[in-house]
Amino acid sequence: MSILGNRVLRKEDPKFLTVGGSYVDDLPLEGAVHVVYARSTMAHARIGGVDKSEAEAAPGVLAVYTAADIDLAPIPNGAPFGNPAMTRPWLADGVVRYVGEPVAAVVAQTRAQAVDAAEMVIVDYDPLPAVVDPEAALRDETLLFPEAGTNLVMTFPDALAGIMLPAEAADQDEGIFDDCEVVVARRIVNQRVAPCPLEVRAGAASWTEGRLTQWATTQAPHGVRDTLAQSLGVDPTAVRVVSPDVGGGFGAKIGAYPEELFLAWISRALGRPTRWVETRSESMTNLGHGRAQVQDVRIGGTRDGRILAYRLDVIQDSGAYPAIGAFLPMFTRTMLTGVYDVPKVYFKARSVATNTTPTVAYRGAGRPEATAAIERAIDLFAAEIGMDPADVRRRNLVGKDRFPFTTPTGTVYDVGDYERALDLVLEAADYKSLRKEQARRRQSGDASQLGIGLSVYVEITNGLPGSEFGSVQVRPDGKVTVRTGTSPHGQGHVTSWAMLVSEQLGVAVDDIEVVHGDTDVVPRGVGTYGSRSLQTGGVAVNQAAGQVVEKARQLAADLLEASPDDVVLDKAGGRFHVAGTPAVGRTWSELAQAAGEGGLSAETDFTAPGPTFPFGAHVVVAEVDTETGRVRISRVVAVDDAGRILNPLLAEGQIHGGIAQGVAQALMEEVVYDEDGNPVTSNLADYEFVSAAELPAFETIHMETPTPLNELGAKGIGESGTIGSTPAVQNAVVDALAHLGVRHVPMPATPERVWRAIAESRAGGNS
Amino acid sequence: MKVSMTINGRSVDADVEPRTLLVHFIRNDVGLTGTNVGCDTTNCGACTILMDGESVKSCTVLAVQADGASITTIEGLAEPDGPMHPMQEAFRENHALQCGYCTPGMVMAAVSLLQENPSPTEAEVREGLEGNLCRCTGYHNIVKAVLAAASAPGGPK
Ligand code: FES
Ligand code: FES
Repeated sequence: MSILGNRVLRKEDPKFLTVGGSYVDDLPLEGAVHVVYARSTMAHARIGGVDKSEAEAAPGVLAVYTAADIDLAPIPNGAPFGNPAMTRPWLADGVVRYVGEPVAAVVAQTRAQAVDAAEMVIVDYDPLPAVVDPEAALRDETLLFPEAGTNLVMTFPDALAGIMLPAEAADQDEGIFDDCEVVVARRIVNQRVAPCPLEVRAGAASWTEGRLTQWATTQAPHGVRDTLAQSLGVDPTAVRVVSPDVGGGFGAKIGAYPEELFLAWISRALGRPTRWVETRSESMTNLGHGRAQVQDVRIGGTRDGRILAYRLDVIQDSGAYPAIGAFLPMFTRTMLTGVYDVPKVYFKARSVATNTTPTVAYRGAGRPEATAAIERAIDLFAAEIGMDPADVRRRNLVGKDRFPFTTPTGTVYDVGDYERALDLVLEAADYKSLRKEQARRRQSGDASQLGIGLSVYVEITNGLPGSEFGSVQVRPDGKVTVRTGTSPHGQGHVTSWAMLVSEQLGVAVDDIEVVHGDTDVVPRGVGTYGSRSLQTGGVAVNQAAGQVVEKARQLAADLLEASPDDVVLDKAGGRFHVAGTPAVGRTWSELAQAAGEGGLSAETDFTAPGPTFPFGAHVVVAEVDTETGRVRISRVVAVDDAGRILNPLLAEGQIHGGIAQGVAQALMEEVVYDEDGNPVTSNLADYEFVSAAELPAFETIHMETPTPLNELGAKGIGESGTIGSTPAVQNAVVDALAHLGVRHVPMPATPERVWRAIAESRAGGNS
Repeated sequence: MKVSMTINGRSVDADVEPRTLLVHFIRNDVGLTGTNVGCDTTNCGACTILMDGESVKSCTVLAVQADGASITTIEGLAEPDGPMHPMQEAFRENHALQCGYCTPGMVMAAVSLLQENPSPTEAEVREGLEGNLCRCTGYHNIVKAVLAAASAPGGPK
């Protein structure tokens, strides 16, 4: 019986449950000194001077560095195709551009000494006007980089011209709504949120004989290695990056941060190992933020529910130093029309710098923003024509016989059956009964009103092309070592990759070791992000396993003096023999020994022919207290189709986590700055991190439509839950109040905002 | 200042700075790194341990305040080579952990929760774990694991 598709428990767990993981800050590092950063208290200011004398004289302090001490080239603009004048210094150089920006690095014998000394660094600030609102930043009245002459980082689709846009997909002009009977428009804010992995950023660096070892809490150790080598001007072979256990990433730990890269420079300068761990409060203003789009949405169609045109104009807040966040509207554009067949579209986006924490990828990275926009738009359109939102959706879905399907923005969806996902979720939620209950409560004027929110989504996984490394080696003891270029931090690759290899080799999962996160042991790798791992790294491992079986078959044939075609692998026994004569055979151990040095092994680099497009449908049931504005989510019913599922237990775990983060964005979480750029949500007391108490149990429903793009039939599952749930929650909140005339409630739908929406519509306004 | 306490059944004597937090003492001085730190405002619960049998966020206690106390951390919940505690077992069976960072604190909080309320409802579990944050699991499987541990044969313990 195949192990694939089974709920195999994780091999990783016993350690985490009995002694805890080994995260960067847990590692012993003999003789290490501690680095703490003194950070900007101003959102925008010229630095008149930095007086570090008191800090330098403080107990235990070895060195205090400012920008003037650094001989490294500035960090290039982290947004592909971004304005090249917007570079980032290692430490603030002459100007600070957001609260929390590192200004000086303090190195001391103990962490406590470094913390104390960092407070003694005196920075003389000459305040500049701060620009926090991205729409205001576009007016270029206050410039973050005067040498750039603008706050505009990049515009879309112009930034993509010539590289990704097929000629026929160039965006159409503004006349697209001419044939529409009904047009609805709305400004939607997809607010800035904090990724909040539970482990904050940390790092350590040590040089031995001209070679650097760097410990990083990252999703992409090989990328960190290359960035380090480039920054320090050394060869990549002189750098080893180890990513031990990583306490979550969610996209915010893909790229390396200046504070961690700088540890290597300090270590080289002082000839001592260095280590650093930030506090949560530092993390809240320095680990990249996510989302942060202002969207102008316009949708139009016929009175009987056919959508004819859709337009999305995005302002993307990139924060102070443009990083990958500035580039993410590309994915918003890629997924512009979602699951719908919309004949005419228009898309435009502008990324703009503001005096805030830089934005990066966060679970979904550009796609949740696309889904939230169109799913909200569909509901607005449905409300306008007085049709059930489920019916409007059904009317406009891309049919299952139309794949591969090319969207108006040139995206090619691999395979899908959106209508079936919608049917399944409506049935599981018992949509009809929910509507009846809603009608009953509306009729009786109950203070607690029921909202039913829908979303049908499709998203892109493995969206950035690239290969992934995998190798399989059978050791002389018959056990197996797998090396992977993916870098799991909770996803369970150690178990999943072992399942793939076990299936092919007939070796028990417990006898298969999966190694990752060490660039000296895994020669190449891209990492874990964008829901790419199984469909790239998993496939690579699977192919390497297949090659090992073939090598072993050949070897067994030689030893058994038979033709390879006659030799079979008895997976139950983990043994090769000639078909029909099971008594004489060779075990994996015997073959590995016979193979000599290094045993039996194979390695592959797999590049997928293209991205895959998981899809699904969510129904959320919300109880909204119309007197207090309080929302309670009573049900989340989710159909998520990520192709063939390798381990349902782990896939469900990904969906659960995604849903929680998606609900959190819709209802609770928001990074807030005051108008001077001071963060209001700079710790976990002030930021509304979702807890168990605000969430219900989730109802997940399986649906599997294998992709033809890889031999496993697998798409990515890491981000779907987030993408599907946010708009379903927001739509549920609005739906609960629809009979009161409410058409929109901004995210997060806090009690105050809900209450205000009710009050405004009661006062006759159209919210 | 001198402190002495029992940690996971072993007595520990040390000289600490008065401002040392218990969590830092456990991690840096005693070298038990299973207990994690996830915040600086006592909100996340990653540092939860048992102090004289009750769950405590060890970042809210000074090491000197734990003088004379008996502390249990994740490393002391089960015998080193023996079977896992039923709560640890339930977490594994129900895939109640992903990155593992919240896990030690979450398990300790869950153990304490069942000590106080051996057969909680789902809502009581959710309320009871409100002070322990997890970013990965969406809490679904954590709640499931705690409920399973409560009804496990021999559990709760
Ligand atoms: S470390 Fe967050 S509550 Fe103790
Ligand atoms: S498992 Fe990652 S924070 Fe809970």
